[in-house]
Amino acid sequence: MASDKVSLLEAVNLALHRAMYEDDNVVLLGEDIGVNGGVFRATAGLREAFGIKRVIDTPLAETMIAGLAVGMAAQGLKPVMEIQFMGFIYAAMEHLVSHASRLRNRTRGRLGCAMVLRSPMGAGIRAPEHHSESTEALFAHIPGLRVVIPSSPARAYGLLLAAIDDPDPVIFLEPTRLYRMNPQELHDDGKRLPLDCCFTLREGSDLTLISWGASIHECLQATAQLAERGVSVELIDVASIKPLDLDTLEASVRKTGRCVIVHEAPKSCGVGAEIAASLYERVLLDLQAPIQRVTAPDIPPPLYRLEGLYIPGVEDIVAACDAVLNYA
Amino acid sequence: MPDSLKLPYSRILDPQGRLLDGLPAWADDPALLARLYRQMVLTRLFDQKAVALQRTGRIGTYAPTLGQEAIGVAVGALMQAEDVLVPYYRDTAVQLMRGVRMEEILLYWGGDERGSAFADPAVAQDFPLCVPIATQALHACGVASAFKIRGEHRVAVTTCGDGATSKGDFLEALNVAGAWQLPVVFVVNNNQWAISVPRRLQCGAPTLAQKALGAGFPGEQVDGNDVLAVYARMQLALERARHGKGPVLLECLSYRLGDHTTADDATRYRSAEEVKQAWQEEPIKRLQAFMVAQGLWNEGREQALIAECQALVQQAVEAFEGAGQQPPEAALAYVYAQWPAALAEQREMLLERAARRQGGDGHGQ
Repeated sequence: MASDKVSLLEAVNLALHRAMYEDDNVVLLGEDIGVNGGVFRATAGLREAFGIKRVIDTPLAETMIAGLAVGMAAQGLKPVMEIQFMGFIYAAMEHLVSHASRLRNRTRGRLGCAMVLRSPMGAGIRAPEHHSESTEALFAHIPGLRVVIPSSPARAYGLLLAAIDDPDPVIFLEPTRLYRMNPQELHDDGKRLPLDCCFTLREGSDLTLISWGASIHECLQATAQLAERGVSVELIDVASIKPLDLDTLEASVRKTGRCVIVHEAPKSCGVGAEIAASLYERVLLDLQAPIQRVTAPDIPPPLYRLEGLYIPGVEDIVAACDAVLNYA
Repeated sequence: MPDSLKLPYSRILDPQGRLLDGLPAWADDPALLARLYRQMVLTRLFDQKAVALQRTGRIGTYAPTLGQEAIGVAVGALMQAEDVLVPYYRDTAVQLMRGVRMEEILLYWGGDERGSAFADPAVAQDFPLCVPIATQALHACGVASAFKIRGEHRVAVTTCGDGATSKGDFLEALNVAGAWQLPVVFVVNNNQWAISVPRRLQCGAPTLAQKALGAGFPGEQVDGNDVLAVYARMQLALERARHGKGPVLLECLSYRLGDHTTADDATRYRSAEEVKQAWQEEPIKRLQAFMVAQGLWNEGREQALIAECQALVQQAVEAFEGAGQQPPEAALAYVYAQWPAALAEQREMLLERAARRQGGDGHGQ
């Protein structure tokens, strides 16, 4: 199988092509995903390859998209819906919370809800208002859902295929800031990556740096800077926000005794709070310093001239790591 | 009936059970009439028993279907087994007709997860009752989309009350059903009351059926207390949808003779006189009067039917009360296809909690 350098966006597109090729039950639905190939072009070429019955341009109504997906999934199709931006996802909320996440439970397993909701997430592309949200915690709170956020082309490819295979609903959030950044070599071999698992990107012994999504980009740079100063950082990409692979996080923090959590979402009740609380339950006496969180403040994503202040930067992450490393 | 858009309004029997015009050929079928009548009586007796069980604390809150038996019975009688029902929460009549068992309905309202299992294979693909208002209309469109994508001649039937037609989900469902000409039938059970809000405050349009016109497909009104009229119009709607001719909205005019639920007291917001008037139009007496006049029914058959139905209801109550306790695992067994290893600790937490309550019912002992 030939391998080329592909972006995260192209990896999503490759995974969708493969999933639709492998399983006739996979159908795509969303706004502008057909002729237009999606506003980011994530679905480019799919309509031509698989036809209008399987790549469906819907009326402009997000509640409807999610509701349709529930009905389709109950009939054994595997709908992969696209919500154009995370800021428009809230209209779909009732169907995700009250139906998709509990249809299996409400029918004692008679009807399943194998579906994937794809949506771009996050700030950093100078987008208009309501196009820069990171509200993954809202979904992580809902029993019955899975929430997955890739941070590289390879993980986007392998995790999206796994999400489409999964018999339960998966919220799959794609960081727009990473869409076209750092293309990687990728084998389009159909290989799935495991859900419900963290990925340890760098092994280290002095400090555990935990993040996901676009912030992994800054965390990699912070890890490199700290390495130059002789600090050995273990960098973990959580990837599956729900359910959380706490065992991997626990083992790492037990080893390093120090932990910094980085996410682009606002601080209060963010997934970082869940991770920190769970780690305190498990490893309090192994900690050499209090866990630190580097996050957005509790503000809406500002219009783009100030979004650089909203997104945790490399220097903010390094400063938090230093504070934890130097804790008396 | 105000009807500025001149939508069709169908009625075959008047409230006294007299034919308004000739009897349609399909209705000249004593066995069919007896079947529809029997099912309405069974539904009402079961419904009354469910309310009584709530009043004596043996089940939880229940939404009575009193007065709306004709709609559900006609709809359920006409749907094919391979069609899919996507009901709302006041749908005992149609659920029983489809094959949901009485003891399952009692288990569900009695707070037992096993009531959602639906043992009869005829209802294996039907949706459960839907409590969040109007959301089910979109699920029905998704089901109908699946039929259309696969080229199947099946129909999704979804029901809702008059209040649900005010919700965005309902309007978004009509919109997509029209845009894609989906094989779906919308049955609006206009029982005049959305808890305490009367129909006239729900919407400024003279009919609810006309909302279909804005979505590009036919809507019509039918006397929902006349089982023959509902049957006639539903038959055409199903045929149309099944043969690729798109959706239909049937607004069935009826009356909620009972409270919204057993937790409600309708005397707070509507007059005894109005309810008394509504009883004059109720569906069971109407068909009975017609059948008696036709020489198809008499007191002896009535007594035998009531005895038969009461025995069935009693059997269901005994099955419900003999079901025993569900295991604690019932609370999490179907949340995911397989309980995630990453949440193993939380499963343990639940089981430890159950053990602490000595395997009790979760209410503490």
